[in-house]
Amino acid sequence: MGSAGIRYRLVRGWPIWVPGLIVVAGIAIPLVYLFIRAVDADFTELAGLLVRPRNLVLLGNTLMLAVGVLATSTLVAFPLAWLATRGNMHGRRFITLLGVLPLSIPGYVMAYVLLAATGRFGASALLLGIEIPRLSGYTGALIALSTYTFPYLFLNLRSALTGLDVSLEESARSLGLSGRDVFLRVILPQLKPAYWAGSLLIVLHVLGDFGVVSLMRFETFSYAIYLQYAGAFDRLYAAWLAIMLLLLTGSMLLVEARVLRNTHVAGRGPGSARTRPAKTTGGWGWLAWPFLGVVAGVSVVLPLTTLGFWAMRGLSNATPALLESVAGSLSASLPTALLTVVLAIPIAYASVRMPRSPLRVLERFAYMGYAIPPLALALAVIFASLALFPALYQTLGLLVFVCAIHFLAEALGPIRSAFMQTNPAVEESARVLGRTPLRAFMEAVLPVVRPGIVASLAFVFLSMMKELPLTFLLSPVGFRTLALNVWSHTNEALYAQAAPHALLIVLFSAIFVGLLLRRESRRPLPHPTAPVT
Amino acid sequence: MSTSRLPIALVLFLLTLSACSAPETTSITLYSGRAQSLVEPLLERFQEETGIVVDVRYGDTAQLAVALLEEGSQSPADLFWAQDAGALGAVQAAGLLSPLADSIRMRVLDGFAATNGEWVATSGRARVLAYSSERVDPLALPSSILDLTNEAYSGRVGWAPTNGSFQAAITAMRHAIGENETRAWLEAMVASGAVSYGNNRAILEAIANDEIDLGIPNHYYLYRYKADNAAYPVEQTFFEPGDIGNLINVAGIGQLVSSGESPAAERLVSFLLTPSSQAYFANETFEYPVVPGVATSTVIADFDRIGNLKPDVALDSMRDLEATLNLLRDVGLL
Repeated sequence: MGSAGIRYRLVRGWPIWVPGLIVVAGIAIPLVYLFIRAVDADFTELAGLLVRPRNLVLLGNTLMLAVGVLATSTLVAFPLAWLATRGNMHGRRFITLLGVLPLSIPGYVMAYVLLAATGRFGASALLLGIEIPRLSGYTGALIALSTYTFPYLFLNLRSALTGLDVSLEESARSLGLSGRDVFLRVILPQLKPAYWAGSLLIVLHVLGDFGVVSLMRFETFSYAIYLQYAGAFDRLYAAWLAIMLLLLTGSMLLVEARVLRNTHVAGRGPGSARTRPAKTTGGWGWLAWPFLGVVAGVSVVLPLTTLGFWAMRGLSNATPALLESVAGSLSASLPTALLTVVLAIPIAYASVRMPRSPLRVLERFAYMGYAIPPLALALAVIFASLALFPALYQTLGLLVFVCAIHFLAEALGPIRSAFMQTNPAVEESARVLGRTPLRAFMEAVLPVVRPGIVASLAFVFLSMMKELPLTFLLSPVGFRTLALNVWSHTNEALYAQAAPHALLIVLFSAIFVGLLLRRESRRPLPHPTAPVT
Repeated sequence: MSTSRLPIALVLFLLTLSACSAPETTSITLYSGRAQSLVEPLLERFQEETGIVVDVRYGDTAQLAVALLEEGSQSPADLFWAQDAGALGAVQAAGLLSPLADSIRMRVLDGFAATNGEWVATSGRARVLAYSSERVDPLALPSSILDLTNEAYSGRVGWAPTNGSFQAAITAMRHAIGENETRAWLEAMVASGAVSYGNNRAILEAIANDEIDLGIPNHYYLYRYKADNAAYPVEQTFFEPGDIGNLINVAGIGQLVSSGESPAAERLVSFLLTPSSQAYFANETFEYPVVPGVATSTVIADFDRIGNLKPDVALDSMRDLEATLNLLRDVGLL
């Protein structure tokens, strides 16, 4: 399949390399900045900071947490994605929403909610009379992070399952494989790219998280970086710590690339894979309900009830800037989601269809943009934009662009898996039938990778709705978003005033995801012969 | 439109959008490390009284300080309002703050402005001793922060080593009692099982939750918990007058060199020191006034005695944070 891709790839030239260059520049600038800052450091002091046993402890903590969160997320996301695409239960769209919504809750809010629910003065003790030990440390960080990062895996798996060509399974069955064998030997291997894309995001998220680990008092690498900026107002050593984090990320990217090198998952049939008819969930099907109950309870019901409880107490306090903040959040999140996906499509395409082109590396590179600690990224943008384009400094346009570069990695996974699942032969036929390359791409390819695009839009929109560090420093002066309000209020222990803003983030995220899902299910499945007409 | 032209068009569109804003009235730009929820009402009053528009970038004090260092002489900000003296000190040390008029800095209490007047305090934030009202006898409390290492308190004290206000307190301690003594105290505290928390609120919540009995947080959080629940089982007090444990850190404001001559900016600084603004801090944010003779009916304790309670430490010496961080790393707290 790979060789076919080279001979017949549909799009080449500027539609790929222009966005490619934009992305390279967007990611190279902060990397260059980090090195500029890093070489300024005093090397004897630096050695003291970098070579100390404590860094090993931090590294160990960070990796342990990443592995734990990934394992927990896998256990939650896999069955959930299966139920959302293959289960015969009612409300599969509802399950999808359940699997996406936790992503809209800012990590530190999730941590606060868990802290507020447990302990002697926690909600569960006060309201239900059940005293749960206060969460903290590894367990606390693990639970808080898992409850809102599992959607990364869920959405990736879901769009992969949706895009699976069912004819492969049917052939396997007709060749005598049992249901279990079909699952293990046909379905699972095809989910590999999606699984890796999702887990990479989760791991990178854990590596970069600061809010949750600081509240749960579990010390990781990014915690140390934050302390260096916050405590010492120091940009030099923080740059070194950021570079160490990037090296860690780089090695993980190499592992993923190695694992996926020989994966070919495109369907052999028509580009529009036949979707699987709903199927019974089997003898263990009843287990689905308690499972859904626990997941929904911890990741959606608990945070929403807690926020609702706080909001009720805060109703007396007027929140005048609410509308303005909603407008601010949407005006940053919608363009960022669109721009990110528009950049992600050509890059994902290049990485799948041009396996020998240097442009393929772009996709790996994009993950580095995700792994740069946001505060370092923001400082780099301040530095670069004041030096190169002072007029752009602190404009919404620049904020959107920087966030698009930062979140590109979130958008790449689902779109890339979708390209992997489509058969290049469709593009070729469209081309052979006289479409211009771009038109063939728009008409024959885009509709097929739509589930991937939908997932990517959802990822970026939700991430942007709760984005903080970049908005903090790069937005226009006076710009208000819901996320900024939530942070500013919780930081002063004014939970009641913070809650309505947090609830609005969840509400708008739910509406956005709901709209996306409607579009997804209404898509006119292109007939195999559609390009010809 | 093709897929690939779209991003460029979108970026251009957004850039044009954001380039269209022309100020007509006098306006100043404020970087505020103080939370919007706390200071916005005050800033609105200033705008009403003077007609000067204040454009505010709210953020985290440390992040704004680092951003100002990065912006250097090109900063669009006129004023930096910080949550602690250390951040102001860092910006001042980079030569980014210009001295305020004498008439302004003479108005605050002794020791509540930078020596050369690069910034003035706008309100005071005290370090206190918090304790469980259920498990601790107020008469058996230590008179100095240095006594917290006594065996009687072993494993019962909470602190927040990663928190900026704790680090500022340690910097002050280094200046007051010396490097080695500070190290010895920290080591003794670690040895006696002091419990680390992420911030001041966590310390109070841990006392209420029976995890610890004592803690050294900032003074104003407890009033907010009490406002929610008057029976919250935590109380707080000062150590004896002049004890280093009673450090009064400040929120303060300074004008940036990049702002040039700006009477409007100076007016805002002046406004924050008026009796009515000072009373606002005392009553709404539970902070200590820094201008003498502000009569207030505040709930905060000892508001007229802080000049007497506070240790003798120059707040500008507190920018020397690097050494504090090294010390905290050495004893294994960071």
